[in-house]
Order: sequence, then structure tokens, then C-alpha cells
Amino acid sequence: MADFLFMVWSKIQAEFSIMHTSTFPVLSALLFFPLIASAVLFFVRGEKNIRTFTLVVGIIQLGLALPLLSFDLNHAGFQFVELKSWVPAWNMQYYLGVDGISILMVLLTVLLLPLCVLCSWSYIGTRVKEFHFCLLLMTSACVGIFVALDFVLFYIFWEAMLIPMYLLIAVWGGPEKRYASIKFFLYTLAGSTLFLAAIVAFFIHTGTFSIPDLMAGTYSFRFQFWAFIAMALAFAIKVPMFPFHTWLPAAHVEAPTAGSVLLASILLKMGTYGFLRFCLPLTPSASEYFAPLMITISIVSIIYGGFVALGQQDMKKLIAYSSVAHMGFVTLGIFVFTVRGVEGALMQMVNHGITTGALFMLVGAIYERSHSREIKDNMGLGKYLPAYMGFFGLFALASLGFPGTNGFVSEALVLIGVFSSNYWLGALAIPGVMLAAAYMLRLGLKLAWGQPTSARTWSDLNMREWTYLAPLAVLVIYLGLGPGLALKTINPSIEKLLHDFETRKGQVVAVEQTNHALQPVEQEERRPSVFAEHEERAVKSEKAQQSPVKLLEASAVQGKWPYLAGLEKKSGIMTRGELP
Amino acid sequence: MIFRPDLFVPELFQIGIIATLFILAVGKPSWSRNLIWLPWLAVVGVVVTAFSLGSNGTLFYGAYSVDALSQFFKLAISIGFAIAVYNAVDPSHVEEEKRADYFLFLAISAFGLMLLSSGVELITIYLALEISSYSLYALIPLRNRDKQQSAEAGIKYIIFGAVVTAVAMYGLSYIMAAYHTTYIFELAHVSWSLDHYPMAVLGLTLFLCALFYKLALFPFHFWCPDVYQGASNETAAFVATLPKLGAVVVLIRFATLLEPGMHVTTILAVLAAVSMTFGNLVALVQKDLKRLLAYSSVAHAGYVLLGIVAGTPEGLAAASFYSLVYLLMNLTCFWVICRMSTDGRNLVLNDLNGLYSRSPILAFILAVCAFALVGLPPTAGFMGKLFLLNSAWAQGYEWLVVVAVLNTAIAIYYYLNMVRHAYTMEPKEEPIQISGPTMVWGGIFAASLLLLGTVPGPVFKFAQTAGQFFMP
Repeated sequence: MADFLFMVWSKIQAEFSIMHTSTFPVLSALLFFPLIASAVLFFVRGEKNIRTFTLVVGIIQLGLALPLLSFDLNHAGFQFVELKSWVPAWNMQYYLGVDGISILMVLLTVLLLPLCVLCSWSYIGTRVKEFHFCLLLMTSACVGIFVALDFVLFYIFWEAMLIPMYLLIAVWGGPEKRYASIKFFLYTLAGSTLFLAAIVAFFIHTGTFSIPDLMAGTYSFRFQFWAFIAMALAFAIKVPMFPFHTWLPAAHVEAPTAGSVLLASILLKMGTYGFLRFCLPLTPSASEYFAPLMITISIVSIIYGGFVALGQQDMKKLIAYSSVAHMGFVTLGIFVFTVRGVEGALMQMVNHGITTGALFMLVGAIYERSHSREIKDNMGLGKYLPAYMGFFGLFALASLGFPGTNGFVSEALVLIGVFSSNYWLGALAIPGVMLAAAYMLRLGLKLAWGQPTSARTWSDLNMREWTYLAPLAVLVIYLGLGPGLALKTINPSIEKLLHDFETRKGQVVAVEQTNHALQPVEQEERRPSVFAEHEERAVKSEKAQQSPVKLLEASAVQGKWPYLAGLEKKSGIMTRGELP
Repeated sequence: MIFRPDLFVPELFQIGIIATLFILAVGKPSWSRNLIWLPWLAVVGVVVTAFSLGSNGTLFYGAYSVDALSQFFKLAISIGFAIAVYNAVDPSHVEEEKRADYFLFLAISAFGLMLLSSGVELITIYLALEISSYSLYALIPLRNRDKQQSAEAGIKYIIFGAVVTAVAMYGLSYIMAAYHTTYIFELAHVSWSLDHYPMAVLGLTLFLCALFYKLALFPFHFWCPDVYQGASNETAAFVATLPKLGAVVVLIRFATLLEPGMHVTTILAVLAAVSMTFGNLVALVQKDLKRLLAYSSVAHAGYVLLGIVAGTPEGLAAASFYSLVYLLMNLTCFWVICRMSTDGRNLVLNDLNGLYSRSPILAFILAVCAFALVGLPPTAGFMGKLFLLNSAWAQGYEWLVVVAVLNTAIAIYYYLNMVRHAYTMEPKEEPIQISGPTMVWGGIFAASLLLLGTVPGPVFKFAQTAGQFFMP
């Protein structure tokens, strides 16, 4: 089976390699096509036309993504790279590219647009044009996040995505939509403000916003420490990890189906993607330093999310808390720093996107029939809605990691990674897997065989619902039985990521040791491994005495931060410094 | 001294506008009935100023410098003037017989600000500041309704303005006594350390107070909300935006005096931090839209100072760029408010309810403005802020950058509240009728905010040459 698929794969690759070499800007096309479509949407009239138009846009977008299938599986670096000058004054670039870490998420994002249009076909009845406008903007921003290789470009998409998502919840949401949408916006924005400060700090430190260039740099431990905190806070809120998760159930419950799907499938992944793309490569020593904390929080998220999900009466809330638990597995896999663990984490990101997205679609479908998301109002579907229950069973099993489904592959990989790093850690994560089975089976049991209230009058899945569920079901089984291709895609990039991580986390020491040789006076303050508070104060006071300009000048002279050679303030005021 | 009129073209054109309006004002009342051509004249002014963007030279014995910085700000001022005039040309807010006078004062104030952007000598700066302020003193009470409130606002503005001007004059006398010169480029070479020359530093600080008053920076912001609230919406749009540009350009000239680590610079940095935090916190509880924008402008004054305390060419360029962005986003925001308030009353947050169905285009423009004011990408507000943060961090003001980014988290609440009212609340009132050209111009304003946010390069290049201005 897998061999056969691989043959088909190489055939497809051969077909599209022509497009690959002919420098067709695939990523720009994926980025701008929904934007242009959203502008055209202004002139489309009639609700049905708007829906059809957006659906067609989604399908064309899928077609535009086909050249991505010629992704070179043996290459660990960035592919389909596009690089143009953007704001030369600040060295900002329009820099796009994908590697094994991002490509699957890009494909998932592109796949979800038409499915979201389909699942909102009858669910959204008011302000249809604005709704589809928001959907298109969301798609564009989400693609942008996963393909941006310039820090500022990334941040633009990271923040811009909030606006359509806010509107999706605030306008088409449930009764508590105002509270939920504001909470969502404030939480995520507040988290990412310090991230912006970290971006600025990286730029001033190196003179570039280019992420691949930044990955090659080395940073002092003190710098990494603060940069990691600033970035991890933004990502942890987005994931969301345990103490920052409270916005998620509120947002999920109130959001319309398509909003919940986008939240679960893509938005949450941005946080874990941020950990993989920024924290591990840019701040390796700090990542290692904070790993015990992150692992602890992850395990707490898994157990806590599982227990809370067990007690929910609202189906959406239950799935929302299960997301907290599942995303805990992702962060757990990332911070054990083993190949299997990170592979599992990345697979879990994709798989959770597929299964949870599908589960939210199913909840939306039943809500259209019962107008309630309470479990007790939706019981006994097994007899009257067999197709619905079949899909539900499949996705619920995938969600709890049943062998043969995609969830099993990723959870098993994460657990292998965790066990190989620390036996006791693995033992702590096991109850989370059992809890997942408990809450999902409880939900499935009640839905299928509970005492029916009014289920007998409802019709089973129609053609449209089949259409948007079937692709996800196929993916669940395909990734469950033949994950080889997906793993081959992500493996080189992860090997490289971890290899760089292993080599670079020690580099900070080497760099600072040379610093000791150069500046023996600072030896006391610059000891890297122990990070005590009094040292921090000492560094600060030392810095306060020395003028910051002098510090920068000195470093610029050393050639460490070449960009700053032009930034320093000239002492003579009559002639202003040349711009770089 | 050779007087070169070619350096003076934008100002001459503005004098032409003033003269025309003066004739209309003293002539028959019927002459000033239809002023619909005035915005177009102002647009011609923008074109004229744009053509003189490359001029370079000095006038009036070196007291008046025409350079990249002054021309950049003159262009911004003429754009702002054109938008403000277009915004105010709707006749409802001021009595018919006073309309020519109204625009006369607007034009004189803009003229004063143009002079201000070229002033490189303290007395010239002082005079230009007064020209731009005096006409505003007359403008603020000119309102069709709420006469009492607008008179109160006018009196507050005059009294506080007069006190601050006196203080600035006092400071000026100290500077002159200390260094016997009023040319900024000569003052740039002397010591501004508190230990060496406390009198000069005190004088400079007092002189800066006048600028802070114009800028509505923290301890000098108290006039701002009352004046905005009392003045008509159209006047508030002008007062909230253009005079700030004048203050910024003079501060940029003064930045040649400042070095990181100096006492004055440290004071500026602290004032910036306090101003943004205070402005944002107080804005959280405002219901009246103009008061809300007033406190938001207090916060924005703090942001602009980030570039000025950095003092590098990049920092000054970032401050110039941000003030242009500030002008655009605030004028656009006021523009929406003026279109909504057809009878000239003050709007509260609840008046925004259901704007999405009353006028979708106004709602969209308002949303763009609100997100630009927060500093969210992909709007110009984000880019401007990013440049400021970069330049401040490069000069070692890490703490200030952290304060600034944390302020975004505070600010988002009240700006988002505007969007929330416009998009998620249901309308109670009738749809708003707006004409085709109004819609087009509004769309252009919003598009320019988005464009400056996505491709800021070309405009920032101009700001960069402005930031590298060369003192004579």
C-alpha cells in the first residue's frame, strides 16, 4: 500500500517538477489569491453566488497549492523560496519559503477553506458577504504565518489574523459572543506584544529580520533568556498551555462552526509552530533551560484538560478542553528534544487539526438539527443518523488515538520520544491518553445509544455534509495506516532542527568564553550556566554606568553587529551619520 | 542675504489662500456662501508643496531653513490642511456669515505651522508657534451649537496657552542669557549638562514645555479633552492633528541638542513612558468619542517621543514618519465622526452602534483607523510604531520599548470597543446618507493607511532624508 502510494507520489512529483523549476511563485500565489478574491467578493451579489464564489476560490486555491507536491523530500532547508527587498531602510524583506515543518500546515490551511465554506452553507444566514470576506482574509493570513521567513512579515500575519477571527466570533457567534471575542482578542494580543519587543531586540542585535539568518547567529544566554520568555508567552497563550487556556473554551463555544474549525485546526497550531520555528533554533540554550518548566506545564495541560473535558455537558466545550490536552502532547513532544518526539508533535499538530476540525464540523451539523450543543439534547443518534454517528465514531477514535487512525501515530511517536528521554515522564503522560479515551468514549456512547429526545425527526447527513466530512475521514485513515510519506516529508527538517539545536545550545558557552578572553573585567558578570538574580543586577548596573551608545559602538567595531556601524550616533552633530 | 522666493513657494501659495479668504471675509456675505472650491485649492497647495520637496537653502539670515525635514513636514501639513478643509466644508457646523472667517483662521494656523517647520532659530520658532496658536484661539469657540461649552473650551485653550507661552518665553530668556545665541545649530555645540550649566538646562526645559503643550504630552495634556469636546467636530479634527506636527518638527530640530544619557533626554524618555501609559489608561473609561481620541492623542505623543529620545537619523526619520501616519489616521477617524454627526453634535460610543448596516463603508474606514491607532498590522500605525521601537532599542532604551509594547495591550481595549460598537451592536437609527465623492475620498484615506502599512518603503525614504537634515 505504502509502496504504491509512493509510486503515485513520484509520478505526481515528476508532473509538477516542471512548475517547480519554472519559478512560479507558488507561495505568493497562495498568499495573495484569497486577498484578491476578497476584493472581488465586494462586487458579487446574492447569497448563493457569494457562497459559490468563495467555494470556487477555495478549490482554485487547492489547485494553486498543487505545485507544493513537488517538495523535495531529501532537502532539509527552505524550498520555494521567494526573496525580495521590502523596506530597505530597516533591512526588511519579503521572504517566503516552506520546509518540512511548515508545508503540511500550509496544505491543511488550504484544504480547510472550501470545507469551511461548505460547513457554513446553511449555518450562516446573516451578513453572508462579510462572513466569507473574513474567511478569505483568515486563509490568507494563516498561509502567511506558515510561509513567512521574515520576522516582521511573520508578525504582520500573526497579528492581522486576529482581526477576521475576532469578527467571526463577535458577529456570528453565540449568545456570549461579545465577552468571548473580546477575551480572545485581549488575551492573544497582550501575549504577543512582548513578542514584538523580542523581534526588535533580535533586529538590533543582528541587523536582520531574516529568520534563516537569525538561526545562524549566536546569542548570549542572558539575551536568550529574555527573548525566550517574550516569545514563549505569546506562543503559550496561542497554544494554549495550562494557565493561559481560559480564552479557548469561551471562544470555541461561542464561535460559529467555521470559526471553531479554524481556531482548532490552524490557530492553535501557530503557537506550537512558533516554538518549533523560533524558540528552538533562535534560543536553544534558553529552550533547554526552560524545558523542565515547559514539560511540566505540558503534562499539567494534558491531565487538566482531560479531567475537565470529562465533566463537560456542552459538546463544544468538551472538544475545546480536549484540545488543551492534545496540544499538551504537542508541546511535550517538542520540549523533550528527541527526533521521535518532535516528529510526533508535528504529526499531532496536523492530526489534531484534521480530527478536531472534523469534530467541530459534526457538532455544527447536529446543532443545525437540534439547536443545542448539550449532550443530553443530542442523544440516541445511532439509530436515526447512522452515517453521522459513523463519522463521529471515526473522528472520536482518531481523537483518542485508536490504532489505525492518525491520532495513534502521532501520540505513539510523542510517547516514544518522551519514554526514550525519560521513563518517568512517559509514565506521567500515560494517564492523559487514558483520559482521552474516557471522555471521548463517554461522549460517543451517549450520542450513539443514549435516550433519544427528538432525534427521530432529524434527517441523516446530506450530500453537502458528506462532501466536507469525507476528505477529512480519508485523511484520518490514510495518515493512520500510511504515515510514511508525511513522516518522510517532515523528517529531514526535524533532523536538521535538532542537529542545529544540539550543536548550538553549547555554542553560547564557547562564545562567552572567548568573550572572557577579550574582556577579563566582565568575567564575573558573564558566567553563563548559572543564572542567579544578583548576577542579573550586576550586569544591569554595569550597563547603566556604561553609555549604551558606547556599548553599541564597541560591538559595531568588533564587527559583531555590522548593521549598527551606521546606527550609532555621531558625536559631531553638524554632520549626521550615514544611513546604512 | 539673498531672498530666494523659489524656496518660499508653498508658504506663498498658502498666503495666497489666506488673502483670498480675507477678501471673501470682508466682502459681501453672499461671496462666502459657496466655498466648495476651497478643498480643491488646498489640493493644489499639496501639489505645489510636493514639487518643492527637494528645495534646499536658508532665508532670513539663517533663521529660516528650507531642507528635507521642513519640506517633508510642509507636505504633511498641506495634506492635513486639505483634508481638514474638505472635512469642514460641510456648512452645518458654523454660521453661514462666519464661514469665510473660519477657513481664514484655519489657513493662517496652517501657515504658521509651515513657518514653524522651517524655523531654526528660537525667536522665529516662537513667532511661528504664536501665529499658529492665535488663530486657533479664535477658531475653537466658533460653533453652531453648545455655545457655552465651546466658549469654555476656547477660554481654557487661551488661558493655558498664554501661560505656557509665557513660560516658554521665560525659558528662552535663560537660554539667551546663558549662551548669547538663539540659533539651534550654535546651541548644538554647547554643553547641556545640568552640572555645567543648570541655567541653560532649565531654560531649555521651560522652552520645551511650550512644545509639550502643543503636543499634549503628559503633564501638559489637561486642556486636550475639554478643548476637543467643546470645539466642533471639524475644528477638533484640525486641532488634534496639525499643531502636533508643528511640535514634532521643532522637537526633531532640538534633538540635535540631545544625547542619550543627558538629563533632558532622560526627562523626555520618562515623560514619553508616563504619557502613553496615562493616556491609554484614562482613555479606557471615556464614553465621548472626542475625549477618547483626546486621551489617545496623549498616548500617541508619547510614542512619537520614542524616536526623538533616540535622536539618531533613523529615530528622527521614524518620528517624522509616525507623525505623518498619526495625522492620516486621526484625520480619517475624525472624518468618519464628522460624517456620522450630521447635526454637529458630540458623539458617544453608543452612537456608533450598528454602523455596519447604517453605512458599511464608514464602518470599514472606522475599523481601519481604529486598528491603525492601536498599531495592529497591516496598517500604517504598526509600521510607524515598529520603526520607533527599533530606533529606541538601538539607543539602549529597552525599558521604554517594553513600556510601549505593553501599552498596545492596554490601548487595544478602547479602540476595539469602537469596532465592537460599529460591528456587533444593532442599529437604532436611520442609515447615513453619504455622497459618492465622500465615499471615494474616505476609501482613499483608508487605503492609504493600509498601503503605508504594507509598502512603507517609498514614503519612509522621504522621511529618512528628512531625518538626515543638515543644519546650516
